Amino acid sequence: MEMPVPDQSVLERKASIVARLQLVLPEEAVISDPNETRAYECDALTAYRCQPLAVVLPGSTEEVAACLKICHEEGVPVVPRGAGTSLAGGSLPTADSIIIGVSRMNAVLETDYDNRFIRVETGRTNLSVTGAVEENEFFYAPDPSSQLACAIAGNIAMNSGGAHCLKYGVTTNNLMGVKMVTMEGEIVDIGGAHLDAGVYDLLGVICGSEGQLGIVTEATLRILRKPEGARPVLLGFDRSEVAGACVADIIKAGVLPVAIEFMDRPCIRATEDFAHAGYPDVEALLIVEVEGSEAEIVEQLDKIKTIARRHDPAELRESASAEESAAIWKGRKAAFGAMGQINDYICLDGTIPVSQLPLVLRRMEELSKEYGLDVANVFHAGDGNLHPLILFDANKPGDLETCEAMGAEILKLCVEVGGCLTGEHGVGVEKRDLMLTQYNEGDLEAQVRVKDVFDRKWLLNPAKVFPLITTRTRREAA
Amino acid sequence: MKPKSEQELADVVKASAAKGTRLQIRGGGSRARLGHGVTGELLDITGLKGVSLYEPGALTIVTAAGTPLETIEKTLAKEGQRLPFEPMDHRALYGTNGKSTIGGVVAANISGPRRIQAGACRDSLIGVRFVDGEGTIIKNGGRVMKNVTGYDLVKLMAGSHGTLGVLTEVAFKVLPMPEAGATVIIEGLDNDKAGAAMSAALTAPYDVNGAAHLPATADTAARTYVRVEGFEGSVKYRSGKLKDLLAGFGDVSIEADRARSDKMWHQIRDAEAVAAGKGDIWRISVKPSDGPKLANLLGREAQIQFDWGGGLVWACVPESTNVRDVMNGIEGHATLIRSDDATAKQLGVFQPEPASLAKISAGLRSRFDPHGILNPGRMG
Repeated sequence: MEMPVPDQSVLERKASIVARLQLVLPEEAVISDPNETRAYECDALTAYRCQPLAVVLPGSTEEVAACLKICHEEGVPVVPRGAGTSLAGGSLPTADSIIIGVSRMNAVLETDYDNRFIRVETGRTNLSVTGAVEENEFFYAPDPSSQLACAIAGNIAMNSGGAHCLKYGVTTNNLMGVKMVTMEGEIVDIGGAHLDAGVYDLLGVICGSEGQLGIVTEATLRILRKPEGARPVLLGFDRSEVAGACVADIIKAGVLPVAIEFMDRPCIRATEDFAHAGYPDVEALLIVEVEGSEAEIVEQLDKIKTIARRHDPAELRESASAEESAAIWKGRKAAFGAMGQINDYICLDGTIPVSQLPLVLRRMEELSKEYGLDVANVFHAGDGNLHPLILFDANKPGDLETCEAMGAEILKLCVEVGGCLTGEHGVGVEKRDLMLTQYNEGDLEAQVRVKDVFDRKWLLNPAKVFPLITTRTRREAA
Repeated sequence: MKPKSEQELADVVKASAAKGTRLQIRGGGSRARLGHGVTGELLDITGLKGVSLYEPGALTIVTAAGTPLETIEKTLAKEGQRLPFEPMDHRALYGTNGKSTIGGVVAANISGPRRIQAGACRDSLIGVRFVDGEGTIIKNGGRVMKNVTGYDLVKLMAGSHGTLGVLTEVAFKVLPMPEAGATVIIEGLDNDKAGAAMSAALTAPYDVNGAAHLPATADTAARTYVRVEGFEGSVKYRSGKLKDLLAGFGDVSIEADRARSDKMWHQIRDAEAVAAGKGDIWRISVKPSDGPKLANLLGREAQIQFDWGGGLVWACVPESTNVRDVMNGIEGHATLIRSDDATAKQLGVFQPEPASLAKISAGLRSRFDPHGILNPGRMG
C-alpha cells in the first residue's frame, strides 16, 4: 500500500505543533508519546499501520475548531477518527498527521419524540443512539454489524448501512442535520429537525465523504417507532441460483421484508462448527425477516412461504417463539466471528444487481480455484450487497497479497456486472486504487472538485478515496 | 436546441461554454416557473428519452432524463411497482400544461406526502449521469441501491435546478405498489390539535405514510388525514388501530375505498388547497411541531395546507408578504413557489444561506459551471 511521503518539515516541527495544540486543549486530550499513540496506528483494517504525529481528543465542537485552525495554519494533515472500526482503513494515519478523535464527545443533546429526532454528539456509538430512545419504544434504523462499537461520526463519514436497510435505508436516508467544522476551523450547521435542503443538498454530499470535507461533531438523526413485532423464516436451497430467484420473486410479489440475508455452504459449515445454530447443510440459506403485528407477520410470512415452496426448498423453518427467532439469527450474527476462528480473512463489500447473483457466485468459485483460497459468502441479498470472505493464512508469506489480488478481481467483477466496489464500508485506502475501474478520470475529477471547495489545501484525510495519482498535484500544491 | 443523445447534448454545452452562451434548460415545462426566471438559449432535454433498464426483481429502474414522468409511472405500474416519493404535479399550481419529465423532477427534488416515510426524491435516486458546464459527461452512483463508492454527487444534483449540470440519465430504487390503502379522517380540528393528532399517529407503530391537515375555510370544515398502505389485512388492522388511537381528538372515520383515498392524497400532493388562491404561494419546511405555530403567525389572511405531519406548510399569502420575516426564529427553509417577478426578485425564491454555506455553494457552482452558462441565476 503506497502512502504519501510524510512532510519532513511537519515531522521536524512536532514539538511546536504539539505545544500549540496543548494551549487549546486540556492536558490529557493531547497524546504525543509514541507509546500512547500506538493505539491509534490503525483501525479495523489491521494489515496497515502507521504512527501519527499526535492524537487529540477534543471535548467540544469549539475545541475541534481550535485544533483544525492550528493544523490549517501549520499545514498539517488531519485524520478524523470515530471509534476506529473502519474495515477500509478510513482512519489510517500518516506519520505527519494529527488524528482528531471525537470519542470523548458522546452526549445526547436533545431527544424529541413528537418530532421524531435525536441530536447527539458524534462520538456516540450507533447502538447507544437506539439505547437512548428504546425505553420509549423508538430506535435508530441503520444497524452496521459493528454497531456496538462504531461511532455515529464514522457512520456519517462512510454512509454506513446494515442488515435492515432494505426497508429503512442507510445513514444518508436517516441523517437530518449536522454540525461540522471545516478544515479552516469554521463551524457550520447544515440541515436540522426539518426535512430537505433549501438550496444545494450539502448534507447529502457530506454523508459518505469519508472525513474529507469536514469533521462532523453533532448529528440530528431520524428516530422511528419500533414495530410491534418481528419474525424471521429460514429457507434452505440446494442451489444458489434458486435462492437468488426466490429473493427476486419475494420482492416482485410486493413483500418488502426488513432483511433478507444469504449464506453459502462454506459459511454455513463454519458457523455451525462455531455457533451450533442448527442450520441445515445446504448450498444456500436465506433468512427473511418481516415486521408488524402478529396478524401482519402471519400475512407476510404466508406469502413468503408460498413463494418459497414454488422453488422447492430443502428446508423451510418458521420461528414459533422468540427463542427460535434468536436461533435463526444466531449463526448469521456469528458468521464473521466464526470465520475468524478458523482463519484469517478479508471481508469484501461489493454490490451487484440482484439478477447477477448466480453469475457472480459461479465466477467467485472459479477465482477461488484459480487463486487457491477459499471463499465464504454472507450478504444482504435484498439489496445485492455482497460480503465475500476470502480466507488466508497471515503467517504464510505472500498469502495476504494473493488474497488482496483475488479480492480486487472479485470487486472488478462486481463493477463489470453493473454493481460497485463498496456498498457500505467505504473506499478508504483499501479500494482507493480500484476507483478507476468504476469511474473514469472525469467522474473522479468531479468528486475531487468538491473537496477543493471544502478543503482548499487538501489537508483532511488526504490519501484516501482517490488513487494517489489522481490527487498528487493537489496534495503537493498544499 | 433539442439534442437526441447524451453526446450531442455534451457537444452543445461545450460549444456554448466556448462562446459563453447562456442555456435555459427545459424538460416538459410543467414547473418552468419554479425558481428565478432564466434568459438564454433554450436547451430542450425531451429528446433524451426512454427507459434503458428496468429490473422489477431488483427494484431498480434507469431512464433517460427527458422521459415523461407519466411513462415511468406506467412502466412501473405494469409490474405492480411505483416511485416511492410520490412526486407532485405542479400544473394546477402554475397553470401550465406540459408533461413533467423525470429529469425535471430530480432537478427540483420533487417529493410528495410519502416523503415522511419513504424519503424524498433524492433518497430514491441511486445514480445520475450529467453534463457539467464545460461539456464533460459525468457519472455518479449507479444502478444498485447500496453504493458508497466515492462522493455522493447524486444527492448534490437532486435539487440543484440544473445549475451544476444537465441531467441526462437517472436511476431509482423503486417500491412495490401496495395492494391496499386507507385514510383515517378526523373532522374539525384546529391547527394545534391537528398537529398533535398527526404526531400521535406518526409516533405509533403503524407505519403511517401520509399525515396532512386542511384547516377550515369559509366553505369547508377542517379535516385531518392519516394514511396507511400495504397488504389488505394489514391496512384494515392499522387503520382500525389508528381510528381508536385518534378517537380522543374528534370525530374519526376511515375511508377504505382505495380510489377515493388516493384522490384525497393527489389533492394534498398537488397542494390544491392553496393552488387556487389569489396571492403568493410559499412552501415551508419546518420541524413538524413548528408548523401550526407558523400558521398561527401567518394569521387569518393566509390559506394553509399542512403536510408531512405539520413539517411542510403550504401557504397562500397576500402578495409581497415576506414569510421569512414572519418565521422569525422558527428554523427551516421557505421557498417562494409562485409570485410575480418583482416579488421573487425582492425576496428571493430560495432561502438565503448563512455566509459560511453560501460560500460553499458558490464554490461548487463555480467549479461545476465555471462559465456560468447553466440556468444562470435560477437559484438566485
